[in-house]
Amino acid sequence: MNAAGFPILSLITFLPLAGAFIILMVRGEDAVVARNARWTALWTSLITLALSLILWARFDFGTAEFQFVERAEWLPEYRVAYHMGVDGISVLFVLLSTLLTPLCILASWESVQTRVREYMVAFLVLESMMVGMFCALDFVVFYIFFEAVLIPMFLIIGVWGGARRVYAAFKFFLYTLAGSLLMLLALLAMWYHAGTTDIPTLMGTDFPRGMQFWLFLAFLVSFAVKVPMWPVHTWLPDAHVEAPTAGSVILAGVLLKMGAYGFLRFSLPMLPQASAEFAPLIFSLSVVAIVYTSLVALAQEDMKKLIAYSSVAHMGIVTLGIFTFTQQGISGALFTMLSHGVVSGALFLCVGVLYDRVHSRDIARYGGVAKIMPAYALIFMLFTMASVALPGTAGFPGELLVIVGAFKVNPWVALGAATGMILGACYMLYLYRRVIFGKVTRGDLRTLLDLSPREYAVFAPLILLTLWMGVYPSSFLNFFEASVANLVARHEAALGAARLAGM
Amino acid sequence: MNWTLALPEIVLAVSGLLILLGGVIPKKETFFPVSMAVIGALVLTAALVLGQGEGSAFLGQYVSDGFSRFAKVLILLGAALGLVLALDFNEKAGLARFEYAVLVLFATVGMMVMVSANDLMSLYLGLELLSLSLYVVAAFDRDNPRSAEAGLKYFVLGALASGLLLYGSSLVYGFAGTTNFDRLADALSGGQAGAGVVVGLVFVLAGLAFKVSAVPFHMWTPDVYEGAPTPVTAFFATAPKVAAIALLMHVLIVPFGEMSAQWGQVIWVTSAGSMILGAFAAIGQRNIKRLMAYSSIGHVGYALMGLAVVNDTGYRGVLVYMAIYVVMNLGTFAVLVAMRRQGRALEGIDDLAGLGRTDPAMALWMAVFMFSMAGIPPLAGFFGKLYVFLAAVQAGYWTLAIIGILTSVVASYYYLRIVKVMYFDAPAGAFDARPASLTVVMAGTGLLTLLFFLFPAALIGAAQVAVASLAG
Repeated sequence: MNAAGFPILSLITFLPLAGAFIILMVRGEDAVVARNARWTALWTSLITLALSLILWARFDFGTAEFQFVERAEWLPEYRVAYHMGVDGISVLFVLLSTLLTPLCILASWESVQTRVREYMVAFLVLESMMVGMFCALDFVVFYIFFEAVLIPMFLIIGVWGGARRVYAAFKFFLYTLAGSLLMLLALLAMWYHAGTTDIPTLMGTDFPRGMQFWLFLAFLVSFAVKVPMWPVHTWLPDAHVEAPTAGSVILAGVLLKMGAYGFLRFSLPMLPQASAEFAPLIFSLSVVAIVYTSLVALAQEDMKKLIAYSSVAHMGIVTLGIFTFTQQGISGALFTMLSHGVVSGALFLCVGVLYDRVHSRDIARYGGVAKIMPAYALIFMLFTMASVALPGTAGFPGELLVIVGAFKVNPWVALGAATGMILGACYMLYLYRRVIFGKVTRGDLRTLLDLSPREYAVFAPLILLTLWMGVYPSSFLNFFEASVANLVARHEAALGAARLAGM
Repeated sequence: MNWTLALPEIVLAVSGLLILLGGVIPKKETFFPVSMAVIGALVLTAALVLGQGEGSAFLGQYVSDGFSRFAKVLILLGAALGLVLALDFNEKAGLARFEYAVLVLFATVGMMVMVSANDLMSLYLGLELLSLSLYVVAAFDRDNPRSAEAGLKYFVLGALASGLLLYGSSLVYGFAGTTNFDRLADALSGGQAGAGVVVGLVFVLAGLAFKVSAVPFHMWTPDVYEGAPTPVTAFFATAPKVAAIALLMHVLIVPFGEMSAQWGQVIWVTSAGSMILGAFAAIGQRNIKRLMAYSSIGHVGYALMGLAVVNDTGYRGVLVYMAIYVVMNLGTFAVLVAMRRQGRALEGIDDLAGLGRTDPAMALWMAVFMFSMAGIPPLAGFFGKLYVFLAAVQAGYWTLAIIGILTSVVASYYYLRIVKVMYFDAPAGAFDARPASLTVVMAGTGLLTLLFFLFPAALIGAAQVAVASLAG
């Protein structure tokens, strides 16, 4: 069967759905329903997390093969099957999703007071779809999970969001849908060409060069919206600003990784020539994203918007790293994705802590918080530093590896990425100074309470991870070393074969 | 003379006559028992259809095969559930007259004759039996000017379409010398179709495009959908659509299969036009029945995409699409029928405001239907689109596929708007308690829509069998 001895991936994927179903069955008064919904959601997500730790323990670093594979017939005459499995590239994202979900549920414990049951159901469904997406080894199954994520996220933004939630929810949904439907066409074309939608089989299929060009374009539109890459990033600041805190955490932590994951899972291995040809375009877009959105972030007056723009910049580093096609670049991109998932999630939680108390995200509304909430200031500082990629925090190894990888390909691209780090330091430190330091100008801030035990519980695992990833990165790099090496080797082999054929 | 082959139609028609008698004789109003009897007759007929043999009867006028069985089961399902939706609504709206159920029954007989027709004559016979019944039910709320207008509009335009169809049939007969589908196919094989047959075919197509409400013969749809009582609209949107699409497929593939190069282009334009109009015209609607009318135009466009590509994968896509469409639509209309506050039926989109709080179960099902119509996986609507797009991509119809993709993004906007009104807006007040019959229809069709992804192979296999009998 597989290393765990039972269908663990399906269990992790569908257990949250079972929890959602139980929550829907709860009857009674509002307060009772809300309490039961919260606890059921928390326990479901914690059990899912515990199960997913089996993946961490049993994962075999030595191979690039898919592990914990499951397979069941679904549409045999179309050669579409329910095929699940993880390799080094996807396994940590499964863990990231299962880790962030309980934290999100805990973070919304008190801040969400209306329609708690629906909220918890939406989050559990969301978790289920995210995990399923990272585990799917069949393109149709992948697409189903990839798209289905939109439904709970649309509702989370639209129902529990801020003032312009309707606009943001629609923008989020329609942007992503337009992108992914083009991917659907590409999927259908590949399906027709290869006769199957099995991802490992498609990776071994040789698509004609002209076809690769169009397929790559279709994927690019879809994944670029998801990443998001400049210039289709404009939905992200709106969605982040309007979403509730936990929604922003999941959005930044996991959903943004879906695009980059798509590049790694589909574009690179299946369309090697087109990827190589399009790399300069991706580099340009990434460098523009890094520099431009960093500058935009510098000018923001809204804390969440600032972090949202910083996410676009960080994701620029990720796409840049992926398209260097080097071991360092891709490993760095993967590491940056993970660290960004942890750190930006934590930063949104930090903003959420202030927002829960003051109900404002305006930077100018704050000042001198260090004097009132010292523990909070310390934690915020740690994550700010990690976002700036200070050595010893999670942000550093990934960005360093990407720059090393980029330097191998083109020093100017590396320069662009490095500029991003400098600008990142500017806007993050500027944000930190304005919120945390200075004089307390507003009297009502003096009554703020420092972190509650629940908030400590939310931050503790993130702090631990941030330091762990910074101090001992190889415990994470180990996971994807073999897979990335295999990816790079196959990419070079495919390009070499194409070059020979062209001679 | 193998008349037993047509047993389902005969049984249904005879039970219709008996039920009519049974409805007339008692002195008091017999809407409910008559409806129950009609539903029973429909179920019985469905059982007979499932056991129906294959072959042709009545000198080649009537044919029974896998394709007709597939379409008939869908039609009977749509008609029976459509009648269930009417049970409570008609009582409350003062429309509880037994003729309604009997008319639905005769319309169903007409539809079954349509899909089994193997001759232009029997085709016309079935189509008119359907149309005449539909004209009357559209105007069933006769004291309401909107309903009367709907009936009259439908009648005038429907008569025009029937005229076109007859004119086309006469041209085909004149130039090909026969009205039988099999002999037409023989006469047209070898590519010697004259211009007269092509003109005739185009007229026939125009008449049928009216019935499926495809662009540019869609004008009646919004007005009739809006004016007719809601259960009637529900019926209009489901069973007759399936029958007309099935008929269109049968006519184009069997007798005119050799001329696919000609009709393929016509269907291409119709499909693209319907998708575009369905997507854009619905955006500004405030009345949910009008919105559903445009939505159905769009859905017909997607279904026709499978026909436009002229291959078996496409045909199968059409059948899968229509099956899913019927289920989604019945569920949506169950919600629409339940929209009633203080005894007054409501039709505005804004009246759904805050349904997520006042009636979470109904809002959940409605959201499932809306996301499904928008084609979001894992709901059933996605699979419907998947199979027609797959066919379009395989046949290299990229333009049509891209139009389909872009219009479904546009269309998803107005489906999402309904979800937005239900979940994001402040409640506008609770609806009246809904009868159990509507809850059953909603939950049943909702579960089918939600869980279709677990068992797609069953429906696709059935569609495969149906198409094989059609093309083979």
